[in-house]
Amino acid sequence: MLRVSGFMRTKERVIHGALLLCALVSVATTAGIIWVLTIESLRFFSEVSPVEFLLGGRWAPLLEPRSYGVLPLVCGTFLVAGGALLVAVPIGLGSGIFLSEYAPPSLRSVVKPILEVLAGIPTVVYGYFALVFVTPEIIQPLVPSADIFNAASAAIVVGVMIIPTIASLSDDAFRAVPRTLREAAYALSATRLEVSTRVVLPAAMSGVVAAVILAFARAIGETMAVTLAAGAMARLTLDPFVSIQTMTSYIVQVSLGDTPHGTIEYQTIFAVGMLLFLITLTFNVIAQRVLHRFREVYE
Amino acid sequence: MTPTNDIFLPRLARRRRFGVIFSVVCAGMVVLAVAVLGVLLASLVQQGWRWLSWDFLSHFPSRLNPEKAGVKSALFGTLWLIGLTAAVSIPIGLAAAIYLHEYAQKSRLTRFIELNIANLAGVPSIVYGILGLAVFIRLFDLGRSVIAGALTLSLLILPVVIIAGREALAAVPDSIRQAAFALGATRWQTVRSHVLPAALPGMMTGVILALSRAIGEAAPLIMIGALTFIAFVPDGPMDVFTAMPIQIYNWCDEPDAIFQELAGAGIIVLLGLLLPMNAVAVGIRAWHQRRKAW
Repeated sequence: MLRVSGFMRTKERVIHGALLLCALVSVATTAGIIWVLTIESLRFFSEVSPVEFLLGGRWAPLLEPRSYGVLPLVCGTFLVAGGALLVAVPIGLGSGIFLSEYAPPSLRSVVKPILEVLAGIPTVVYGYFALVFVTPEIIQPLVPSADIFNAASAAIVVGVMIIPTIASLSDDAFRAVPRTLREAAYALSATRLEVSTRVVLPAAMSGVVAAVILAFARAIGETMAVTLAAGAMARLTLDPFVSIQTMTSYIVQVSLGDTPHGTIEYQTIFAVGMLLFLITLTFNVIAQRVLHRFREVYE
Repeated sequence: MTPTNDIFLPRLARRRRFGVIFSVVCAGMVVLAVAVLGVLLASLVQQGWRWLSWDFLSHFPSRLNPEKAGVKSALFGTLWLIGLTAAVSIPIGLAAAIYLHEYAQKSRLTRFIELNIANLAGVPSIVYGILGLAVFIRLFDLGRSVIAGALTLSLLILPVVIIAGREALAAVPDSIRQAAFALGATRWQTVRSHVLPAALPGMMTGVILALSRAIGEAAPLIMIGALTFIAFVPDGPMDVFTAMPIQIYNWCDEPDAIFQELAGAGIIVLLGLLLPMNAVAVGIRAWHQRRKAW
């Protein structure tokens, strides 16, 4: 009676097929994203030359005289994301080293979930925090001339938002470094500081760099906090205390208004979205490469 | 001692002093991060606490009469969204995870699907909003409905659900599968009766965390045109809707101070929904790790 019946065989095959279909939904999603962005972007680029789009220094697609140079948006995006790294790298890396090298397990098991709460808070809450706390209580007392909406407050809250990404991933990378390396260094009478910074950190470098790049990509794609905190003034500046606009907040601004389907304003969403997609994809791929290529493999 | 021997001096006191400074700095970074969380919550309570009442939960938002404004429509919209998103993303996501971990051979297709999922997880949420706008609103003509929002959010969290599902399956030891196969069970029987029960707590943790991410998302919903001031509760999946994060965004964007306080109160309600979910997820994980049979 060990024969598998025909019914059972068919059932197994149907289940196999259904499961494969579900796995292919993710491929369809990617295809959908690329297809949608490409089709509408092509329509946009039939009216605006890609050179003007990529190299133009003035972004004014909604007001006459119109101009479609995306550099101000890209500049605003990198200003906020770069500022976020200035906040998040020291705090995230310091926390990661503390959790893996200094904290006793009991403390670690309490602190890590608390840090992860920071990652679970919705981004619109960080926007609110920037408006009611960071700008009036921190930025404006320090720099009285700062605008109500400014890149610095957006950078600070986005930085806070990506702390857990850096802390958690770098903690994982540090803990993956084998104990024997640390013990060898201690046997040579290195102090804990020397073990952490000259043995563990270099050994875990690929994981740390990948964590920072992933966090950077997240900061670039961050939308609601930036829309609320940084304002809606596209300009080519590196001054963090004035109102700017990022790629994401431009997309939100257009979709909040009543932009008819098929107009060039509507198509700008897709052109800017395409650029955003390509930039974040590039950083994500680099992070994966760094993680796999340069990983120090022990045993 | 000759000067050339200087580099061999242990200089222990100095090195230990640097070590202490470094450890204090690192600990200070942790304290700083936790303090930011504390300040955030404190400023929320300070701004929003006095608006929290039963009326706030049971009234509709109002531009003209902010004193009587509430989050009823947003709260119901969010509950609808979460129910539909769960109904779509959990079966598809877990099925995909089961396929990839239990069924797929190492082939080009499998590698491609896996790479694809890893990259999808890094796509900004607003890009999913653009996809939802073009596919669910324009192509399928679903309108600005709850179902369009839920489908968009489902696509957004699908990679997270799949990755969490795979991790839970990978934690189940192979010996359990081999035991089932040795007794003549088919692959599906093995998965359904032996692997899934063992992987379930891990899957639940991942799914709850993914859903709590979906609850807080505003950008994709704004893209598909979720309305902001509506004074009714959705009746079915085809109704227009608003959601908590959108209502909060809208209040934040009003210049009057009173709206910012309302936003604070709305955030307390939203976090009151989210933080217990996260706590349950973390609790399941801790409980599962303690009672694990292998």
